[in-house]
Amino acid sequence: MRIKKSSSQSGRSSILHAAFKASIPVLLGYITLGIAFGLTLVAAGLPWWLAPFMALVIYAGAAQFMAVGLIQSGAGLLEIALLTLIMNARHMVYGLSLLEPFSKAGRWKPYLIFGLTDETYGLLTTIEPPPDLDKTKFYAAITVLNQVYWFVGCMVGSLVGSAFLFNTTGLDFALTALFIVLLVDQVRAVKKPEPYLAALLGCVLALFISPKNFLLVALVISTGALALLRERIEGGPRGTVSQGVSDKTKQDSVEKGDRS
Amino acid sequence: MTYFVLVCLVMGLVTYFTRALPFLFFSVRKPPELMDFLQKYLPAVVMAILVFSMYKDIDFSAAPYGIPALVAGAITALLHLWKRNVLLSIGAGTAVYMIFIRMI
Repeated sequence: MRIKKSSSQSGRSSILHAAFKASIPVLLGYITLGIAFGLTLVAAGLPWWLAPFMALVIYAGAAQFMAVGLIQSGAGLLEIALLTLIMNARHMVYGLSLLEPFSKAGRWKPYLIFGLTDETYGLLTTIEPPPDLDKTKFYAAITVLNQVYWFVGCMVGSLVGSAFLFNTTGLDFALTALFIVLLVDQVRAVKKPEPYLAALLGCVLALFISPKNFLLVALVISTGALALLRERIEGGPRGTVSQGVSDKTKQDSVEKGDRS
Repeated sequence: MTYFVLVCLVMGLVTYFTRALPFLFFSVRKPPELMDFLQKYLPAVVMAILVFSMYKDIDFSAAPYGIPALVAGAITALLHLWKRNVLLSIGAGTAVYMIFIRMI
């Protein structure tokens, strides 16, 4: 990350700089998880180039791990398509929070949608870009950086294979920590218990109903519960309360960005 | 080899479809009010579910009873409530976790 001060470059490099800073947690998580994935893929007897290739065209962690098993068992394409759909169905609601910002993203929009992983979604919905920077370019920079981290991780893991001796056990906790941090930021902005109760209900029920499709089942139940609690949450005149919440989220994030 | 590439392309397309669906659906007509409500509160719900999912496979009935992940998670959350520094919270939490699992 070079920072040039020449006038034509300063906008671009400050965007990259801000995006890099915001994405460092994902860097730690993706490199580690990517290496783990590359190792798994090679250990399963698949060619090394498949790991970086998947990082390029699929770019979905859980689905890629699933792919290794499916390829090994020689699963049919239709079956694979269906399982991928189920595994990634949770992504179907992610876009709802980004309809408005992505609508102004122009030629970046298709790529921003492509790069909407759990972690990228978390960053984009929680961190507000520094006010003086182009929002679309900031989002794009975060999304590109995240995919680069993932690509590099997958590549290194599969190339170095089992010869990789450095003991990184536990480094993947960085992803858990990232989700916790993003949750704390949400708690700070959304000071109402209902969304978290809805999430807890969905999680507990999903454990009993279908642990295999945990994320999807939990999300469906929680979203349903959230919708049912709508009047309780919004209270008073429709819209005004939640509008305030949304604005506050942004304000908080801006403050945080300035301070760090 | 063709099979490998085909599998990747199919999975890539399906994944892209799941991510693009809301944009396909609501680019023509305005999203209903319910969607407006959901998009405001869903990030909080999703983050809570993701955190839960990271803990759900831990065996709390056998040593070390999930203590490393719980302690490291609590440290992450408390540090972030206190200092609001993303890197500090995640770095400290992860370091504590890595040290913990090597000691137990």
